[in-house]
Amino acid sequence: MAIDWKQYDPKPFFDELIAKPGKPRKPAKPLTDYLSSLDDAEIQSRKAAADSAILEMGISFTVYTEGENIDRAWPFDIIPRVITKAEWERVSEGLEQRLTALNMFINDIYNKQQIFKDKIIPRYVLKQSKNFREQCVGITPPHGVWAHICGTDLVRDGKGDFYVLEDNLRVPSGVSYMLENRQVTKRVFPELFENSSILPVDEYPTQLFDMLASISPRPQDYPEIAVLTPGIYNSAYFEHSFLAQRMGAELVEGADLVVGDDDCVYMRTIDGLERVDVIYRRIDDEFIDPEVFNPDSMLGVPGLMRAWRKGNVGLANAPGAGVADDKVMYAFVPEVIRYYLDEEPILPNVPTYLCVDDKDREYVLDHLDELVVKPANESGGYGMLVGPHATKKQRAEFAQLIQKDPRNYIAQPTLDLSVAPTLCGDDIEPRHLDLRPFILQGVRTDVTAGGLTRVAMRKGSLVVNSSQGGGSKDTWIVDEEN
Amino acid sequence: MLSRVAERVYWMARYVERAENTARMVTAFHLLALDMPKSVQLSWKGLVEVTGNDELFDNHYQRDDERNCVKFLLADADNPSSVLNSLRSARENVRTTRDLVPSEAWEVMNELYLFARDEIDQGIGKRGRFEFLSSIVQRCQTLTGLLAGTMSHDAAYDFIRLGRNLERADMSTRQIDVGALKLLKKDGEDPEPYEGLLWTSILRSESGFQMYRQHVKRRINGVDVVRFLLQDNAFPRSVTHALTQVQDALESLPNNEVPLRLVIQARRHAMNASVDELLAEDGLHDFVDRLQQDIADIHGANAETWFLAAPAHAA
Repeated sequence: MAIDWKQYDPKPFFDELIAKPGKPRKPAKPLTDYLSSLDDAEIQSRKAAADSAILEMGISFTVYTEGENIDRAWPFDIIPRVITKAEWERVSEGLEQRLTALNMFINDIYNKQQIFKDKIIPRYVLKQSKNFREQCVGITPPHGVWAHICGTDLVRDGKGDFYVLEDNLRVPSGVSYMLENRQVTKRVFPELFENSSILPVDEYPTQLFDMLASISPRPQDYPEIAVLTPGIYNSAYFEHSFLAQRMGAELVEGADLVVGDDDCVYMRTIDGLERVDVIYRRIDDEFIDPEVFNPDSMLGVPGLMRAWRKGNVGLANAPGAGVADDKVMYAFVPEVIRYYLDEEPILPNVPTYLCVDDKDREYVLDHLDELVVKPANESGGYGMLVGPHATKKQRAEFAQLIQKDPRNYIAQPTLDLSVAPTLCGDDIEPRHLDLRPFILQGVRTDVTAGGLTRVAMRKGSLVVNSSQGGGSKDTWIVDEEN
Repeated sequence: MLSRVAERVYWMARYVERAENTARMVTAFHLLALDMPKSVQLSWKGLVEVTGNDELFDNHYQRDDERNCVKFLLADADNPSSVLNSLRSARENVRTTRDLVPSEAWEVMNELYLFARDEIDQGIGKRGRFEFLSSIVQRCQTLTGLLAGTMSHDAAYDFIRLGRNLERADMSTRQIDVGALKLLKKDGEDPEPYEGLLWTSILRSESGFQMYRQHVKRRINGVDVVRFLLQDNAFPRSVTHALTQVQDALESLPNNEVPLRLVIQARRHAMNASVDELLAEDGLHDFVDRLQQDIADIHGANAETWFLAAPAHAA
């Protein structure tokens, strides 16, 4: 039995591939036609091929909630998601616009703070921001860029319009999986790549390297670049080593680095100490320098901030960049874009209620059963309330949390997140998904062709995080004119 | 290259070599056991002693029968040197140096570990043991060959050679020592007539039987086998050959004075031994003990010279 798209009904959601039963969207048609030309056994064998490729290639992520660290195979769905090039170009412009404004905003926060003086954003937002770093005041990094690597989460609503769900400006992860998903899909469906014009994604490591080189304090042909990882037990360790390998950079841990009396950063090698120019750090601010931040941190490098402030080392993302990643700040991003760029935002925000605002809070407390409530500074989908799916008791608990610390919570309407056909056991069923493109900003700005699509593998679930059982798909930006 | 990375590839090589040697050893004694008459008891516990983990074994097992010993050597989670644990540690070390080791090597290492993990019961049971262990040895060799053939012979590769050969020298001395002294229980039938078989199987543990026949030619006897495994410079698993490789790898590394001096001493020590006298005077055990101390000292000097002072990611 082959797939019968007439039996597939995504209603009431917007589906990425199928407009309505039996009617694929135009850019997805070659894919859906091809899929329905395969019988069940063939689909299962492609699925098995993908699983074994993932195992052989050792594509994994680490979970450490189960007593020990377990390296799990990357959860992957073989059916790609398709977006047209024309549509993507618009999104891509929107992402570029957004990160440009955000970087101007961060630089303003640490310097003149004009946006507060001009009363575009209330000052309390900054005062209570957990990710504001006093140690960064007065600094302007090269090109005025603080967030060099940004992973912005996008979702589509019931009409198929893209919305920004959040910006990840601290240490966003997932880009290695975007690249590996493509490798696996090429192994599984080589035929499809011959007949469609799917934009390649492989440029990313080169662009990342060039971006990092552009913030080197020593202008030279071969700056020494290092990826700083918290170590092998970190859930994104696979990605850290993957990126280091693809860039030909050193993968270092805190203990490998030392800051000398000259305030330069060196790595311990078998030949002695060697100077490092740029560090792509994958450790949170609080842990990068025990001299300045958490004194108990074993992960960081004492003196790193000293070296950075003196301009002796480039840090990506710059410490303090996370100030704009706060979910309360997020609510003001459209204003930020208008203020610094004098442009209308291309990509809309999801409507957001700030619990710190009396009127908003009242509304939120009255409508907990309709809203998603999120803490302002968590990541990974932790500590949130999905109102419609929560119990009465959970909602009551959240009402208390909100009243105790209103600044720490925002709420958003539950969106009708888009879905896409996903292989679930023997059947193809609609599953909710989101999209995380990656934006690089140094001297220039680059946006990935597509990004990492994450899928909620459980029926009806909106939680796409891999640490919570989500899966992923390859994302195709298809050039229809070719 | 980073000190930490040097340490990881060094241990990766040691772990792979350890897994391979243990697999070879169990294979050889598996075959020997099939040859021995029922009246002669083969001490599987002797194999555990070869690895130096007999105390650990005694803490976990009541009986030192074949099944327990083989399980301990191949699969035991509590035995850090079991084949499965060695491969797991090796894989972890490749996983954490993937930015440096060729990616095919990672794939081979990963498959090797997954194979061992999934098929380990075959190795514990008698029926599938030979195939399982042969496959482990073959896959370890594939990895070693792949590294030799695809990785730049740079400092990282020198650390791999260093780890592999130091481990090999260590395992060969252990084979000579406990293998020669304790494997036949003397309480049963007089084991003398089977000594030839025993020495043969020790050679087989080192895959040295054929090379011994070709190069030594005399009928198999204790003195010649020990001399071959200790001093034959052309045989890649002999102690002196392995130490020569260690010396060679050390010579291209920076700041090598201390470890280099120690390896030259150890090699001379092995080379100058008079095997007839040692066997005649019952002095082989003490001699091998000192040689193992030499090897441990070389390792200590390596760690002190190049690795991080932080606790080693090691056994």
